[in-house]
Amino acid sequence: MVLALQAGNTIGNIFGEPIFVGTIVTFSLIRELGPVLTAVVVSGRAGAAVTAQIGTMAVTEQIDALYTLGTNPIRYLVIPRMFGFLLTMPVLTLFSNLFGVIGGYLVAMYALGVPGEVYMTDITTFMDVDDFLHGFIKSFAFAFMVATVCCYKGISTRGGAEGVGKSTTGAVVTTIVLILVLDYFLTAILTAFGI
Amino acid sequence: MIKIVDLKKSFGPKEVLRGVNLTIEEGKTTCILGGSGSGKSTLIKCLIRLEDSTSGEIIVDGKDITKIHSEIKLAAIRRHFGYLFQEGALFDSMSVGENVAFGLKYLTDTPLSEYPKIVKEKLALVGLKDVEHLNPSELSGGMKKRVSLARVLAVNPKVILYDEPTTGLDPIMSDIISDLIIDLKSKLGVTSVVITHDMHSAFKIADYIAFLYEGKILLYGTPEDFRKTDNPYVKQFVEGSSHGPIQMKLKKD
Repeated sequence: MVLALQAGNTIGNIFGEPIFVGTIVTFSLIRELGPVLTAVVVSGRAGAAVTAQIGTMAVTEQIDALYTLGTNPIRYLVIPRMFGFLLTMPVLTLFSNLFGVIGGYLVAMYALGVPGEVYMTDITTFMDVDDFLHGFIKSFAFAFMVATVCCYKGISTRGGAEGVGKSTTGAVVTTIVLILVLDYFLTAILTAFGI
Repeated sequence: MIKIVDLKKSFGPKEVLRGVNLTIEEGKTTCILGGSGSGKSTLIKCLIRLEDSTSGEIIVDGKDITKIHSEIKLAAIRRHFGYLFQEGALFDSMSVGENVAFGLKYLTDTPLSEYPKIVKEKLALVGLKDVEHLNPSELSGGMKKRVSLARVLAVNPKVILYDEPTTGLDPIMSDIISDLIIDLKSKLGVTSVVITHDMHSAFKIADYIAFLYEGKILLYGTPEDFRKTDNPYVKQFVEGSSHGPIQMKLKKD
C-alpha cells in the first residue's frame, strides 16, 4: 500500500497523473518484495524457533542422545524442517503478494483516483508467467538457505542458555543478511537467463 | 573387551586426554574416577564416537573404531552401547513413554504392539510406575535420570556407559541405582563403564577402578587396591580431603 502511494505520488509529480501504479506495485512485489519480506519474517519467526529448539537440544545433550539411540540427527531433525520451510515459504510468499496487490488496488482506487480496471490492465499487460517464476524460484532458494543456516546454527550450539541465545540471534542476523545478498545474485542470474 | 591405546584428545590448544591406556573387561564394571574437568566424560564420549579422538586407538571386538567413518558402520557399533547422560537428555517434546520406546523403533525389530509392555517393564525396573504419560519437564531430577536409564535398558545394550549415574540423587536412590548396575551385570552380563565421583557407590559396584588425572590414568586396580594405595593423589581423592597434592596443583594453575 505504501508502495502504491509512493509510486503514485512520485509518478504523479513527474507525469502529472499516476500511471502504471498497478505495474509498479505488482512488479516489485512479485519479483522482489514478496519473496524477500516473507523470507525475513519467516526467518525471524520460524527460523529463530528452529534454532532455539535444536540449540536447546544440543546443549542438553539430546542431539548426542539421538546418535546413541540409532538415529541420525540430520535425518531426524533437519530434513523434516527443511521440507517444512520449502513448502511454506512459497505459499506464504503467494499470500503476501496477493495482499500486497489488493492493498495497492485499494490505495490506487481510493487515494490516487486510478480506476480499478486500469490498475488490473496495467498488471495483465506488462506481467507474464516468468515474473511469477522469478519470485517463486527466489522463495525456494530463501527457504533452503534459512532452513540450512538455522538448523546448522542450532546443531552447533554450545554453552548452555547463553549459547542458545547467541546462536538464535546469530541465525536470524545471518539469514537476513544472506537473504539480501542472495537476492542480488539471484536477480542477476535469473535475469541473465531471461526469467 | 574394549581396549583403549594411547588415546589423545584436544579441544583446540587444550589437551584433555594425554594418552589414556585402559582395558575394559567384558562383563565387569569399570569405574572411572577423576575430578571435575579431568576428561572423564570426554573419554566415554570417544568410546561411542560422540567425540572424535585426536589420536590413539579404541579397539572393540578386535576392530579399531576410531578409523571407522561410514555412518552405517558407526551406527552398528553404537547399537552395542547404551549411554546414560549426566542430565538425562530426555527428549522434551515427547512423553516419558515415547522416550523409553524411542530406541526400540530405531535399534530393534520389536513389533509396535509390544512397546507398552516393554516400556512398563523397564520403568518398573528403575522403580517407576504410571509415569508414561507425563512430560519430562514434570519429573524431578532423579526421576529424569531413572527414565533415561530405562530408555537405555529398553534396547538391551551389551555395554552401558554411565555418566555420573548417582550425581544429584538422594543416598537411597543412589544405592538403588548402584544395586541396579550390579544386577544388570550378574543377570544379563552387561559390561558397565561408570564415571563417578561418588566413592561409596564406586567401591560398591566396581570390579576395577581407573583414576584419571590430568588426562592420564594414574592408577588402575581393584577397589581393594584403591583402599590400600599410598599414591597421594588417589588417596586424597578417595578420602575426599581438600588437603593434598591435587589442591596444590589447582592453586598453581
